[in-house]
Amino acid sequence: MSSSVLYDAPGPKARIRNRIYSIVGGLAVLGLIVFAVVRLNDKGQFAPEMWNIFNYAGVRTSIRDGVVTTLKVFAVAAVLSLVLGVLLAVGRLSDHKAVRWFATGFIELFRAVPLLITIYVLWVLFLTYRSDLGLSGDNTGFWALVIGLTVYNGSVQAEVLRAGINSVPRGQREAAYALGMRKTQVMMTVLVPQAVRAMLPTIISQLVVTLKDTSLGYVITYQELLFQLQQLAGNIVVNDDNPYVPVIIVGGAIYIAMCLALSALATWIERRGRRAKTGIRVADAGQPLAAADALDVVDHATVSAPDASTGKTN
Amino acid sequence: MNVLLDHLPQFREGFLGTLSITAASAALALVLGIVIAGFRVSPIPPLRAFGTAWVTLLRNTPLTLLFLIAFFVIPQIFFPGTSPFVLAMGALGCYTSSFVCEAVRSGINTVPLGQAEAARSLGMTFFQTLRLIVLPQATRSVIPPMSSIFIALTKNSAIAGAFSNTELFNVSKLLSDKGFAIGWIFLWIALCYLVITFAISGLFRLLESRLEVAR
Repeated sequence: MSSSVLYDAPGPKARIRNRIYSIVGGLAVLGLIVFAVVRLNDKGQFAPEMWNIFNYAGVRTSIRDGVVTTLKVFAVAAVLSLVLGVLLAVGRLSDHKAVRWFATGFIELFRAVPLLITIYVLWVLFLTYRSDLGLSGDNTGFWALVIGLTVYNGSVQAEVLRAGINSVPRGQREAAYALGMRKTQVMMTVLVPQAVRAMLPTIISQLVVTLKDTSLGYVITYQELLFQLQQLAGNIVVNDDNPYVPVIIVGGAIYIAMCLALSALATWIERRGRRAKTGIRVADAGQPLAAADALDVVDHATVSAPDASTGKTN
Repeated sequence: MNVLLDHLPQFREGFLGTLSITAASAALALVLGIVIAGFRVSPIPPLRAFGTAWVTLLRNTPLTLLFLIAFFVIPQIFFPGTSPFVLAMGALGCYTSSFVCEAVRSGINTVPLGQAEAARSLGMTFFQTLRLIVLPQATRSVIPPMSSIFIALTKNSAIAGAFSNTELFNVSKLLSDKGFAIGWIFLWIALCYLVITFAISGLFRLLESRLEVAR
């Protein structure tokens, strides 16, 4: 009667056994946590002085600055990557061979190369040609990070959008052409809006990836949250020790809170989309998986296309 | 062109470094991921909660932060003097294990309920059902997402290079610090990654056709 494939609703004997396992498992998990806490405590990482650092205005300011910079990079990169995503998706579906090949090549190249390497190469390029590009100081890091995030996530968003465009019922496109719309009009006023709507949860999940990837700025010494945290922990000495554990716990909590808030948005939109009776199937609020998954989305959407077309469209 | 030919040993070392760190953390991620997936589908609440917490925490943490923890916290507190390779493997493996866990879990959910019911009605225990009936069938639907997870892992392994491991990112950094044209280095590094990712997707496609089950 249970909903799981793996086990039935337990009988009396199984219930006792499960309770024993629960206790043993609970103790094991608890033991693990206690061990870690005790070890950290022994090293003085839970001493009040260690945590007192957050009472200093300077520490709080630099954490706040880090959050602001991270959000700034994320905001610019998110907008640019969505714009690039639309352009590349339309390019991939273009009737012109040259445009199609260029878009495909661009997407494949930047999806295959690690984002870190893209960002690093851009950074070196920007540093080398700094004067020609009119960049100064921190700007090189900012633009390297933003453009790196944009080309990578734009490529992934393009694949997601393409899957969405392919999942729009064929009648929509045919009706639009029958009304005498041009190719561009059909794409921009009929197909892309519906694709965005269907794929919104996946698009937002990819934005979570974008947000997480801003931390790669650490490697090119750009002053985002992670870099600030590392500087903080590395420069402050409390009881002859660096307060890495408190700083990382606080910083990690900030990151997790930001990402969970975005994921919650994706889930909320997915649930809202399920309720609407437009006949467009809204994608699952997928996990913020890494990029190559856009391929799965493609398969997923093309499989689901037929049942979408049987739905009511209005 | 000259960058590649003149520094072939470095490129080879970087390539092998990327391969070994990827393979090692893939193995760790696979084992951890399957164990955690087992926790998440088990009838034991504490383990289920542990699995959920593991996946939620790791999936929403930037990998770079995990590297920071692995390199600055773990050696200080638990295991002093661990080599950077092992630390990087730990960070990458734990991070990837959360994705593997979710893939395995959704794979288990694709097995029709009747299969497990039939197994149980034959008197099989939980572990027998899991091992003999459910997992072999789940494997097939897990393979495509697994291939993309491992491709992502290959790309994520670049971060290990920033933390004093010898691999392709490290090599590109080294050569560009020496003043070689970054454009050429980028081209060759990109090619190396393309070779690895194509190999992985090819391997998994082969596996997929081999492990096909009729449903």
